Amino acid sequence: MSALTVENLTVSYGDIHAVKGLSFEVREGEIFTLIGANGAGKTSTLRAISGLLRHGGCVRLGDRDLEGIAAEAIVSLGMAHVPEGRGIFGNLTVLENLKLGAWIRRDHKAIAEDLDRMLTALPRLRERLTQPAGTLSGGEQQMLAVARALMSRPRTLLLDEPSMGLAPKLVKEIYHVIREINQTGVTILLVEQNANIALKLAHRAAVLETGTITLAGDSAELLADPRVREAYLGA
Amino acid sequence: MILAAAAASSAFSGWAFYLAQQSINALQLGSIYALIALGYSMVYGVLTMINFAHGDLFMLGAFACLLIAAFLPLPFVVILLLVILLIGLLGALIERVAYRPLRGGPRVSAIITALGCGLVIENLTLVNFPYAQRMPALFTSTSYQVAGLTISTLQLLIIGISVALMLGLDFFIYKTRYGIAMRAIAFDARTVPLMGVPADRIISLTFLIGAGLGGAAGMLYGLAYPVIAPSMGVLVGWKAFIAAVIGGIGSVRGAVLGGFILGGVEIMVVAFLPSTYRDLISYSLLLVILIFKPYGLLGRAPNQKV
Repeated sequence: MSALTVENLTVSYGDIHAVKGLSFEVREGEIFTLIGANGAGKTSTLRAISGLLRHGGCVRLGDRDLEGIAAEAIVSLGMAHVPEGRGIFGNLTVLENLKLGAWIRRDHKAIAEDLDRMLTALPRLRERLTQPAGTLSGGEQQMLAVARALMSRPRTLLLDEPSMGLAPKLVKEIYHVIREINQTGVTILLVEQNANIALKLAHRAAVLETGTITLAGDSAELLADPRVREAYLGA
Repeated sequence: MILAAAAASSAFSGWAFYLAQQSINALQLGSIYALIALGYSMVYGVLTMINFAHGDLFMLGAFACLLIAAFLPLPFVVILLLVILLIGLLGALIERVAYRPLRGGPRVSAIITALGCGLVIENLTLVNFPYAQRMPALFTSTSYQVAGLTISTLQLLIIGISVALMLGLDFFIYKTRYGIAMRAIAFDARTVPLMGVPADRIISLTFLIGAGLGGAAGMLYGLAYPVIAPSMGVLVGWKAFIAAVIGGIGSVRGAVLGGFILGGVEIMVVAFLPSTYRDLISYSLLLVILIFKPYGLLGRAPNQKV
């Protein structure tokens, strides 16, 4: 069963074609990763899927066509998106950021329980609950961004370069969290420049180059593929 | 503080007495500037756009009160709420039909449109009210003597209502989910839809509240200075805009601070210097503050986005 289907996706900025007819499918319950260099079209792809960018082609969440559905309404359909650069609201407190993540929900008791569970898993956020989120470190901000996205209880989660700008130890930590989220049954679409770590985590993967997919398959296969090793793993 | 000091000492000089009396006037004018400045600042906060029609919405608040009072013998509070609602809805309507279609377009188009909307409102009012109007007194104001100072019911009411509205707004912005969403839009509007927040609805709400407060200010201004004319929107509106910039445009608390500072300076200049110095000194103050604090007293530099 496919959680997310992308068919012939195109995104253009004026005359520049950033995404040129992309097709892939993310299966229910898996981690799928799109790897690619800077400018390959990874962020544009995610922003198009979540309704932030006008695009051509077709995006389906489950069997629901997302054509014409506004970004804020797509969240209610069970998809959350942690954007590039984390998208933390630095002027709001950590708690306010998390509450905003639960905007679409009305079940206050369950929200409070989710919040508590999240803060137990990420104790550093609990310590900084009433601080402006802008004062958090990069790693803490990334944790907050993921936790905030989970507050909407998504079934599908899009992650845009969660490793960006983080020290290796923090990258490991955040990837550990992503694996745990996936184990609770959340389908994950991850885009990454850091091919090594993304391929080790994901079940299946595709390589994106200048707006098109050049390679796709099981992560283990791609990890062993000489073309991938040369271009992305520096081997 | 000055008031408290004045009340505490039974024998104070004529100079201090005069200063204390003028402080009451400054609070009255300042609270009106602050109410109007809030609308400029809130709209700028969410859209980084100056709503140049805001001064004219303020003016319409006074005229709306005049019209309602002329036809319906309603209690003061009901008229105030009606004015807030009417002007608020008009503000939201203007955003919907005139500003939203231009969002994402060149900034200058939005500015020109806002100026145009302001001129339309001002001239529509002028067509219907070619002469300055006398604002009806909605109640009999009595004057009280407190420690030798004179303060009227009207002054108390204006200051009290303004402060209540500002506290209400502060609560709304800092404690409710819509307020949180509004501040989130001010920080990073592009990311807000990813939270499932309908940004357009929050923006409409911002205009509704900002314009509503401006309308309330218009009504209170009309009661305090009861000769009203369509041109007052521009005259007073610009002052309130300056107040918003002094405080740090985009900052709600800054707008309040700027309003009281400007009201205070204007009243004190007129109290101690020839009144023609008023605008000279107010505008000079703006320039000096901007030299040292380019984003205003409580403003912050715009986000540096990656």
